[in-house]
Amino acid sequence: MNFVIPNFAPAIPEIALLILASVVLIGDTIWSKRCQNATYYATQLSLIIVGWLIVDSFTVHQIVTFDGSFVRDTLSDVLKIFTVLIALGIFLFARTSMQEKKYGSGEFYVLGLFAILGMFVMISAYNLITLYLGLEIMSLSLYAIIALHRNSGVAVEAASKYFVLGALATGMLLYGFSMIYGATGEINFDKIAAVIATGQVDHTVLAFGVVFVVIGLIFKMGGAPFHMWVPDVYHGAPTAVTLFLGTIPKIAAFAMVYRLMVEAMPGLLKDWQQLLIIVTVLSLIVGSIVAIAQDNLKRMLAYSGIGHVGFILLGFIAGTFDGFASAMYYVLVYAITGLVGFGMMIVLGKGRQEFDRIDDFKGLNARNPWLALMMLFAMFSMAGVPPFIGFFAKLMVIEEVVKAGFVWLAVVAVITAVISAFYYLRVVKVMYFDVPEDTTPIKAVNRTTQWTASFVAIALLVFGLIPSGFINLCYNAVALTH
Amino acid sequence: MTFETFIFYLLGFIAAASGLMMITVKNPVKAALWLVLAFIATAGLWILAQAEFLGLVLILVYVGAVMVLFLFVVMMLDINLVVLKEGFTRYLPIGAVAALATFALIYMVVGPDRFGLQAFPAPTPLPADASNTKMIAVPLYTTHVYAFILAAVLLLVGIVAAISLTLRRRPPKEVQYQDIDAQVKVQAKDRFEMIKMAPVVEPEIKKEEKEE
Repeated sequence: MNFVIPNFAPAIPEIALLILASVVLIGDTIWSKRCQNATYYATQLSLIIVGWLIVDSFTVHQIVTFDGSFVRDTLSDVLKIFTVLIALGIFLFARTSMQEKKYGSGEFYVLGLFAILGMFVMISAYNLITLYLGLEIMSLSLYAIIALHRNSGVAVEAASKYFVLGALATGMLLYGFSMIYGATGEINFDKIAAVIATGQVDHTVLAFGVVFVVIGLIFKMGGAPFHMWVPDVYHGAPTAVTLFLGTIPKIAAFAMVYRLMVEAMPGLLKDWQQLLIIVTVLSLIVGSIVAIAQDNLKRMLAYSGIGHVGFILLGFIAGTFDGFASAMYYVLVYAITGLVGFGMMIVLGKGRQEFDRIDDFKGLNARNPWLALMMLFAMFSMAGVPPFIGFFAKLMVIEEVVKAGFVWLAVVAVITAVISAFYYLRVVKVMYFDVPEDTTPIKAVNRTTQWTASFVAIALLVFGLIPSGFINLCYNAVALTH
Repeated sequence: MTFETFIFYLLGFIAAASGLMMITVKNPVKAALWLVLAFIATAGLWILAQAEFLGLVLILVYVGAVMVLFLFVVMMLDINLVVLKEGFTRYLPIGAVAALATFALIYMVVGPDRFGLQAFPAPTPLPADASNTKMIAVPLYTTHVYAFILAAVLLLVGIVAAISLTLRRRPPKEVQYQDIDAQVKVQAKDRFEMIKMAPVVEPEIKKEEKEE
């Protein structure tokens, strides 16, 4: 037996995150009675340490270790850094929200850290088993985080719905994995790609596996026609958790789709492209039409998120590395914009009531002009109004899909983008032109969240005015990866 | 048909039939017992496929430990069967159509045409002294060590989630905890107070009442 100790160095951020999360888990039971905020600060410190470790060892090469189950490349580093940055914001908002709504406990932060560990594992997965385990670590933490607010019936209902449908999606995904393993006899992504490239594999079995894998992936991403859980879960979960659900898991899901479709099955492009076209068109339509009827902002953003999944998949349909880079750019922009969109409900949500109906925003300009302006930035960016970053995200994706020859898809995307602009602009209209019933000024819950939300909202404008740096980062990351 | 194939089909039939019974039977305790039978039949199939260790572990761990625990839980919970069964017959036709269509598709792909003995010949039997346990253990702790640790993390997350969802810390007034710090720190004046009280004066009883 000849066994070489694997190279641990590339996985140091993951190892550090696991150790720190375990320390926070044990520490929380000791210090939670004496000082309330210790867990929060320990969590943020852990994230900063992990983020620094990634930046410090930033790589431009592909390093595979643990016998081909772990990969470290530029793509994974960039995605992980953004995950950490957005997670810092999420925990900041979440703490404020939980203090204001009088619930929550240290487990939120511990499970949050474990969810982020799961995302890291997914982003760096290089074989089917690792990918699956990362997905499960993330999902299990998320189910529990939603149900943590036990006194709220809707939250528990949302959690059980998410759990049951998530388990079904996992079953689909695993069945697809088993077919791919059955046809190729390999679990490592590069070896699967090599076996498929030889052309000596039964194509029907592979295509059959791809169908199940795509169903599982779209389920987890929340694209139509497997989107049924998204609005209920986003709506039922407390706002702090919705903020978590609606942002960084999408980044990990992007990585999952990239690793499976692009790195493991580039030879089956024609098969998954067709499936993704169906999913994309349905997602775009559902995301733009159904959202119009919603009067709850969380539900509306959930449906708009389904539409955004459609846009992200457009980049994959293009089937070129520039296309994948544009999808990556889109998913990062979406996650950052979501931080402001959902975060604003926390910043304005003083007291125990949730501030999540569109009517709550009535006449916000008269009650708090600065935050109304920040909300306007977020809505304009999501709608894709030119000076904001969301415009460039949509533009890049549509440009790549046109280059790949799918003009009709681009037309569908533009039409649905115009329809969805209606409901984003309705929020703006409600804030600026409707007369509020209660004209007393609203103050932000606290200064920190107000300035964080403002900072991110202004960043949406700044990176919209000078977009090239961020776009180049994504294009270079993908270019260096393959 | 060789004896081996006969055993294979027999165990396969038992596994499929008990799986079907498990989801259709009304009583949850009986459903759990059908699941036990499905596990035992599956264990037999695995042993037939020369995975002796896995087959035995399936019986020891799943049948012996997990299912017994599960039965305890099912017996202790008061599950309302009427609510659970609601809508079963209403959705049965469409469910049956979907299931049959999916089954037909799966059979076409996974059926004997593609996964038959011509495509995948039966493996040569292992020598009598081959150690099944070692064949699993060595890759598990070397090649797949990363996945092994991740599985441990997954279990840890499961424990944290289960405890945080079920542990209810009651307010201190509801449950009496012993707070040793407070007991040690306590001073006489915290517990014991001298109070000067005014003498109690008996109210005068009216004369008329006394006469009565």
